[in-house]
Amino acid sequence: MTSELNRLTLAAAKEGLAAREFSAVELTKALVEAMDAGRVLNAYVTETPEAALAQAAEADARIAKGEARPLEGLPIGVKDLFCTKGVLTTAASHILDGFKPTYESTVTANLWRDGAVMLGKLNMDEFAMGGSNETSYYGPVVNPWRRTGDNRPLVPGGSSGGSAAAVAADLCLAATGTDTGGSIRQPAAFTGIVGIKPTYGRCSRFGIVAFASSLDQAGPMTKTVRDAALLLQSMAGHDPKDSTSVPTPVPDYSAGLTGDLRGRKIGVPKEYRVDGMPAEIEKWWAQGMEWLRDAGAEIVDVSLPHTKYALPAYYIVAPAEASSNLARYDGVRFGLRVPGKDLTEMYENTRGEGFGKEVRRRILIGTYVLSAGYYDAYYTRAQKLRRLISNDFEKAFGTVDAILAPATPSAAFASGEVADPIAMYLNDVFTVTANLAGLPAMSVPAGLSAEGLPLGLQVIGKAFDEPMVLNVGYALERAANFTTKPETWWRA
Amino acid sequence: MSVDPATVKKIARLARLRVDEAELPALAEEVNGILHFVEQLQAVDVTGVEPLTSVVHVALPRRQDVVTDGGDAEAVLANAPNRIESFFTVPKVVE
Repeated sequence: MTSELNRLTLAAAKEGLAAREFSAVELTKALVEAMDAGRVLNAYVTETPEAALAQAAEADARIAKGEARPLEGLPIGVKDLFCTKGVLTTAASHILDGFKPTYESTVTANLWRDGAVMLGKLNMDEFAMGGSNETSYYGPVVNPWRRTGDNRPLVPGGSSGGSAAAVAADLCLAATGTDTGGSIRQPAAFTGIVGIKPTYGRCSRFGIVAFASSLDQAGPMTKTVRDAALLLQSMAGHDPKDSTSVPTPVPDYSAGLTGDLRGRKIGVPKEYRVDGMPAEIEKWWAQGMEWLRDAGAEIVDVSLPHTKYALPAYYIVAPAEASSNLARYDGVRFGLRVPGKDLTEMYENTRGEGFGKEVRRRILIGTYVLSAGYYDAYYTRAQKLRRLISNDFEKAFGTVDAILAPATPSAAFASGEVADPIAMYLNDVFTVTANLAGLPAMSVPAGLSAEGLPLGLQVIGKAFDEPMVLNVGYALERAANFTTKPETWWRA
Repeated sequence: MSVDPATVKKIARLARLRVDEAELPALAEEVNGILHFVEQLQAVDVTGVEPLTSVVHVALPRRQDVVTDGGDAEAVLANAPNRIESFFTVPKVVE
């Protein structure tokens, strides 16, 4: 039994601990063993097994005293974008070499407050910029899934690629991710797991390395919808340290998981039928509609006319904010320093050497669109498009309770297969709209592609209506009954 | 709109990024690819549209103007690549 403990869901592990079927230390040991065996996937940048076992021992003591907290003794992984006190935090960038924060991000602090155990820090695209986890300074993450009859390594998606691979390969029970344009939902879809990006303002951004501050949001990446509800319950909440954190009470996310959608209207946006969309993406989308009808929902056509402008607007807003946020990496206060003959040369050398190609590209674009004479033509115009995209959703949500769409335009691709930056950006075509409008959105596994790879469906909801998003996701999950796991070839 | 290698050099300077001369033409091409991609926004009539600067529909919270944090130089300096006593060090900036 104990050799399989790493394969449990959060909910099952919580029950097992409560029933004393195994201890938190036994559970954590199983995960540490899995983490060791799965090193070829390169999912972790930093492993913290000793600290994890100490936390687990404390959890066992609490359970013995009948003082178990909501996530007591549950081992999880943390995307390396969250500052963790005294533990290396790199954002998968060379420029943060050796950075050990002296404070804890609010989201991770909430998780430890509720008893969760940290296994380590998970690999990602550098500064969360990428859709394949190939931009990490620490090397690419390998997707545990492979095409049928083909051993070539596939990407796990990105930027939360380490989180996705670790959850899919059972190297942690669940993980945290962040999503700026699809960085939770796209890798979740590529690895057959659940991922939710909450409403902007629902989870505190304090202590999360900033990429694009008006879009960034943290969320859980889990094996099931129920687990997503459980983890989000602890992650969410108002935080005075983040002025964009919203002081709305956190509802009970697990309570509404019935899968009953009678009387609910689910919108299907016709603009998401993009040119050249593979037939099997359409097929699973149609299947999703059928499943929701079976759960009692009425499927309604809706129109989001500005959808096609979402990606170009995003690729102005996100690099602009990134170029501003990343100005702090100057070799003076933390991280890498590359000497120069004067201060300016030290800045230039440090940043020239410390940032990877994709990050550098985005800083250049961002600097250009914000520069004198171009600001209105690019940045202000992109913000106006953002308004139009947000208005589209507002109008649609006047008639429907949630929106169903594909999560990604394809299944996972092979490493190196998508080399053109624009082609890589197109991965986010279905996910980026929810970030621009600040809405909650979730990816749920639907089934397998013809090549044997997982594909996801996406549910988008009204602001702060995570309960609806989770319940629609739960209905999809129940109907899809997606129980296929990748073969554990890395253990061979 | 498009950029030439000289403009990329200027932007890189503004962003304090060292870029090798030899890389400039290729970088200009990459930047132009992205600028071309975002060009489609010019096709939309945005007359009278208010720019969306924040999706959070609440007033920015206020608090008392009092010190709530700080006074921990050691924590602030703990990650300094180079320090002298309670100071970050940088190359000499005044002659």
